[in-house]
Amino acid sequence: MTWEPVIGLEIHVHLKTQTKMFCRCPVGFGAGENTQTCPVCLGFPGALPVMNRRAVEWTIKLGLALECEIATQAVFARKHYPYPDLPKGYQISQYDLPSCINGKVLLPTAEGDRVIGIVRAHLEEDAAKTVHVGGRSGRIGGADYSLVDFNRGGTPLVEIVTAPDIQSADEARRFLQLLRQTVVELGISDAEMEKGQLRADANVSVRPAGSDELRTRTEIKNMNSFNFIARGIEAEVERQIGVWESGGEVEQQTYDFDAATGTLTARRSKEEADDYRYFPEPDLVPVEPSAELVDALRSEISESPAARIRRIEPALDLDRAAVLVMGGLDRLWDETVAAGADGVAAANVIANTLVGAGVDPGAVPAAELAKLVDARERIPRAAFDEAISKLAEPGFSSEPYLAQDAVSDTDELGPLVDRILEENPGQVAAYRGGKEGLLGFFVGQVMKETQGKANPRVVNDLVREKLVAR
Amino acid sequence: MIDTLRLTAEDARGLLERREISAAELHGAYVEAIAERDGELQCYLRTCEEPSGEGIPIALKDVISTKGIETTAGSRILSGYTPVFDATVAARVKAAGLSVLGKTNTDEFAMGSSTENSAWGPSRNPWDPVRVPGGSGGGTAAAVSAGLAPWGLGSDTGGSIKQPSALCGNVGLRPTYGTVSRYGVVAFASSLDQVGPVAKTVRDVALLYAIISGRDPLDSTTAELPEAVALPEGDSLAGVRLAVPKQVADLDAIEPGVRAAFESALETARELGAEVGECDLPLSYRYGMPCYYLVAPAEASSNLARYDGVRYGLRSVAGSYDEMVEKTRDEGFGAEPKRRIMLGTYALSAGYYDAFYGQAQRVRTLLVREHRDALEGFDAIVTPTSPTVAFPIGDKAADPLAMYACDLLTIPSCLAGLPGLSIPCGLSEGLPVGLQLIGPQFGENGLFRVGHALEQALEFDIVPERLR
Repeated sequence: MTWEPVIGLEIHVHLKTQTKMFCRCPVGFGAGENTQTCPVCLGFPGALPVMNRRAVEWTIKLGLALECEIATQAVFARKHYPYPDLPKGYQISQYDLPSCINGKVLLPTAEGDRVIGIVRAHLEEDAAKTVHVGGRSGRIGGADYSLVDFNRGGTPLVEIVTAPDIQSADEARRFLQLLRQTVVELGISDAEMEKGQLRADANVSVRPAGSDELRTRTEIKNMNSFNFIARGIEAEVERQIGVWESGGEVEQQTYDFDAATGTLTARRSKEEADDYRYFPEPDLVPVEPSAELVDALRSEISESPAARIRRIEPALDLDRAAVLVMGGLDRLWDETVAAGADGVAAANVIANTLVGAGVDPGAVPAAELAKLVDARERIPRAAFDEAISKLAEPGFSSEPYLAQDAVSDTDELGPLVDRILEENPGQVAAYRGGKEGLLGFFVGQVMKETQGKANPRVVNDLVREKLVAR
Repeated sequence: MIDTLRLTAEDARGLLERREISAAELHGAYVEAIAERDGELQCYLRTCEEPSGEGIPIALKDVISTKGIETTAGSRILSGYTPVFDATVAARVKAAGLSVLGKTNTDEFAMGSSTENSAWGPSRNPWDPVRVPGGSGGGTAAAVSAGLAPWGLGSDTGGSIKQPSALCGNVGLRPTYGTVSRYGVVAFASSLDQVGPVAKTVRDVALLYAIISGRDPLDSTTAELPEAVALPEGDSLAGVRLAVPKQVADLDAIEPGVRAAFESALETARELGAEVGECDLPLSYRYGMPCYYLVAPAEASSNLARYDGVRYGLRSVAGSYDEMVEKTRDEGFGAEPKRRIMLGTYALSAGYYDAFYGQAQRVRTLLVREHRDALEGFDAIVTPTSPTVAFPIGDKAADPLAMYACDLLTIPSCLAGLPGLSIPCGLSEGLPVGLQLIGPQFGENGLFRVGHALEQALEFDIVPERLR
């Protein structure tokens, strides 16, 4: 039997507001422990939360970008659980009346758009950071002592919950990359996974391909990179298929993914058997955004990454289009093409040479880039690379580089190619035996010998010709 | 020599303005009175020997955070906790120049009607020290009656200002929900808690209300007053319409002596020109108590979740984090908070929420509507404040339900978010009886006007007989 995965994601995004969700302590990464705290975020007796207006607006903005319905009345609730990272004993979070519901993301794929439903996006406060020292690895039970840093506590956090519409680990990764690009472009989060600004949990189940049943799902937590997420999901999908195929039954369970070993560790069931005792937060009033506010926020949103991928795809292909958009490179590409450059060539130069040289795409003069793309085969490789690496420098001019010419004279290059082939008889034999990928090796050797001054296309043709001729 | 037993805050302000007395002398007079009488009455948990302002002294209930002064809310779990910030009401009284006399006793986390639930022992009623001063704000009320403070602040969730004022024979206002900031007030039940003044006269209450009320950016549930506080004047009630709820006649819990004093006060009101009619609050008296005892414990169970021994107050020594929290809460909370935490936790549990907390909130909406309808055509609803006069210490301590019944008459309007003013209206068995006036939302000025006129006509002597 073939199986298909059924995957839903819960994504937490830290908003990059200047202050916390319910107090005016600064939000920041790397300050001394417990220096960004006050009576409110430490849960002192009598301290009361006051909403961060910008966080509320940004949540709505994100909801609009995800094509959600925006609630005319959203309500914060208290979610109770006892843990030292939660100074009040409860987390303030939107619950049954979130700001955003029923949205969707169109994920571009080679087979057309895949619709990933967004069940909800809601606003909440993050918990503090705990460190448990000694005892069982990383758990509070049995630790010698535990430390709490309340700096992170109270950071505004949006949780986005997708429908179980995702069908593979790879699709999950691509969805997350698209979502990340979306929040970064909205300007509401830096979404840097290594800083914990974007975290994802996955709900995973499998079913016989083509059926529409929903089998028991498990949850994978603590995945903090796109690759870990894909690997974690892949591992869990394989595990579940194994369980079903050996006649077993998948049990509802929460796993932590250990990126170092690639393994899943089940959490103790006690830690998830919680009753959060939700009730509406009586210290806050409902969020009731006016239609004018929602319209104003909508007008601030520009063309979505998915739409841009679709728009530029015909001139390229899906992968190239996706790389440009996800890398925040597509605007430069647009301008470079508008300045007359070939689309595919411009995409390759931007996504490879330019990014590889660490050049800030936002500071590049597109007209100059277009000229270089156009001349890339005519001028020496070394000159081209140097020009690209200096593109963002103030007052850059492509003229001196364009004035150089690559060596295209076959009379000059021919003997050199002959020598390279003679020096590498093993590779020549391998090429002729079918390893055509070795072509690049020979071209590379020639380029090296000429210190990048040879015209790569001419060398390419010459090498191929001579390999076939003999 | 200052007679702190009779001196009103308004009088004190006059003395200060005319420079007949210094703020230090005034503060000192109260410190002396406290030294003389508080050993018996136990109104204060902590006193401040030195004046902190140039104005009238004031007593603050121990649920109000005071920067640099230990604040325990009557609980062992907050022993040793000294706030690093002032509650907004504390900041406002300080900004008005008032001088903090000390922190007054309260039932633990304001849960109770007698101060017997204080971890630090009960306060005593100045009219008869074997009796309770009411609660939870018994400390403030007893201090005002015994001349240990000209006025003070209490907090009221289901009657904690009005009931002790009634039992001690002074004036207490529970303001409209949302007119006084709760920021820095140790929370009991957030949707019900409200800070308010206790004083010897209605005018003093109005003066203090003017100082503490108004929108606070630190408390999202506060609003600006629609009209400025008006100091009441005049002694006529002509054109004023008062309503007695039909149900009051059938409440057996109301003692005959209380009823008699209440009826007599109504007669006085008529003589002053008031029209006394009848209103109907059937749901309020039938469902008010059960509704309150779902909403308040549910919110309390949540508000008390923060006391875990990690950051402040008591921390019991134990082997692991879980054991430490459990032991701290076991040793830190008294019986009443534990009872309410259990009741509230149950009421909020998955599967029970709709039947309990959810249902209680729906009932509450009905009570709001019922009060609004009842006040249609009337300026205020009048009832006795407490069904009984002050009872002996220990009488109800073993029977939580009997204790809860003390607030039978104060709870419904609290659930409706409405202002209530209690004024003394006579004696029964030599003990004060309180009259409760309930007004519409933001109707404090109306209550002050009616309360002041009645106060003038009733001529109740607020000094306890045994201290005269």
